[in-house]
Amino acid sequence: MKYLHLIWASLARHKARTFFTLLSVVAAFLLFGLLDSVNGAFSQAGHSVRDAHRLITTSKMGLTFTLPLSLYSQIRAVPGVEAVTHMSWFGGYYRDPKNFFSNFAVASNYFDLYPEFKLPPAELRAYEDTRMGAVVGAALARRFHWTVGDEIPLKASIFPQKSGSGTWTFDLVGIYRDSTHKGQENQMFFHWKYFDEAAAFGNGRVGWYVEQIAHPSQSARIARAIDALSANSGHETLTQTSSAFAADMVSQFADIGLIVRSIMGAVFFTLILLTGNTMTQAVRERIPELGILKTLGFSNRGVLSLVLAESVMVLLLGGVAGMALAAAAVSLIQAKYGASVPMLPVGVSEWLRSVGLMALIGLAVGALPARRGMRLRVVDALAGR
Amino acid sequence: MSALIEIRNLSKVYERGRQRIEVLHHIDLEVAQGDFVALMGPSGSGKTTLLNLIGGLDSPTDGKIAVAGKRIDRLGQGQLARWRAGHVGFVFQFYNLLPMLSAQRNVELPLLLTKLPGARRRQNAAVALQLVGLADRATHKPGELSGGQQQRVAIARAIVSDPTLLVCDEPTGDLDRQSATDVLTLLQQLNRDHGKTIVMVTHDPKAAEYASHILHLDKGTLVESAEAAA
Repeated sequence: MKYLHLIWASLARHKARTFFTLLSVVAAFLLFGLLDSVNGAFSQAGHSVRDAHRLITTSKMGLTFTLPLSLYSQIRAVPGVEAVTHMSWFGGYYRDPKNFFSNFAVASNYFDLYPEFKLPPAELRAYEDTRMGAVVGAALARRFHWTVGDEIPLKASIFPQKSGSGTWTFDLVGIYRDSTHKGQENQMFFHWKYFDEAAAFGNGRVGWYVEQIAHPSQSARIARAIDALSANSGHETLTQTSSAFAADMVSQFADIGLIVRSIMGAVFFTLILLTGNTMTQAVRERIPELGILKTLGFSNRGVLSLVLAESVMVLLLGGVAGMALAAAAVSLIQAKYGASVPMLPVGVSEWLRSVGLMALIGLAVGALPARRGMRLRVVDALAGR
Repeated sequence: MSALIEIRNLSKVYERGRQRIEVLHHIDLEVAQGDFVALMGPSGSGKTTLLNLIGGLDSPTDGKIAVAGKRIDRLGQGQLARWRAGHVGFVFQFYNLLPMLSAQRNVELPLLLTKLPGARRRQNAAVALQLVGLADRATHKPGELSGGQQQRVAIARAIVSDPTLLVCDEPTGDLDRQSATDVLTLLQQLNRDHGKTIVMVTHDPKAAEYASHILHLDKGTLVESAEAAA
């Protein structure tokens, strides 16, 4: 700590240069914080403890292919399966296609298999008793300012009604919360029975099945048994764990992790070049000053440490500011858009990882200039050589 | 008086590519404890090289240098750095202060290498500044001080850790006559009142008059020694 003012003075030597270097570090870590938050939200999908106890059975052909309802009782009979439910992608939107969100027609026992969706008992009963009833997540309700008792018209992008109408009207009877995964609060569920009776096509079929199993260790055996039910049929199935299913869903959009890693790789590479160049220039200009320090008795290792500390300090100052901005931005985005934007709050592990990265980059960019400072001969340095 | 500095058969050779430049040839010298020696000679005679060797900034090619009985010619880089921190104060022609630090912080620099607590470091630096008559300029940065004042800050930095030996390389070379007189008077005072042994390189005969001994160096050899008028 007693050398802090010395490091600070070095940074203050060229205020404009330090400011712009800091700005580039701030921008890099702001981007890192935001992208890491998005990546975290995607990679967390399907990784809860409860997810370990759930399997998903889809058509082997892909998610857009449906399965017959007749499979329900067959799957239920597979040893190790404790309960089965099913759900179907509806693909409706509210008033305007830009108001996109996930909405599903689900079996009546859906909420039994997803106890993490907390619905007040009275609202659950109301849902069970209302044929056109629907339940939405708290984030979705906030987004559209919906309250229990509202009538919600959804425009169908896939399934028109038998009557020819493209608008399905639902009674909002409940709002659920998921305190662990806020991203799950942006969905809407309604009765598959109502959907099946009213839809112009696709009747008697479901999107996919969800199985609750007692022991995650048996998941491979159970999955094989379920898929064997449809082997060589016109609706062969693929049963996988909840996390694998979630990863499949995400990969339909893109490999988020790869995109994030690629962007951050490019950003940090540029940052290393930029700050490395700045540090090299800063040390070159200060060679006589480093010579003075050595004259006064600072050791080679001491000078090396000072230059490295200066470099790490730049990264820490800019990086912490960037991460703080990212944390604030994520909070603001979540407050405004809720879970419709998949982001995780910037938590302790993200902070620790980013601080580690700051230190690592700081050491990397400071290494060469610090080595030069360390190897300076005093008489040469004093002569400005 | 016993010899603080003892130099025997000292040589220094620089190699520039294939060229071999012998800067100092077989120098023998003794500087007594509490002496004030002026080292004079034409440019390129090896004055600064000899001063650098005495101050432990460079190592000899051959020969022996002992300061207060310590063979500094045998010390490695790290050991020399530690030795300099504890035993030598340096004053240069161009002051060599760190421009971003205040006078107080500049003077405090050598004390950062000690185990003194912050308050004590600040107190010692303040005393050193007071000794050179710049207590009221403690918060000023070098750019806000005159040349003479900057050199006095450099002297305060040189004495703050109470070294036995002060080595001064053309300390008045960049100063006007009045400032030069002030600086030389200060050095003389440090020598006489505080017992500091001083070795000073200078071109200026008037500056050399403040020393108690004058040594002349020419082409890397000590040619004559004289008692100064002072």
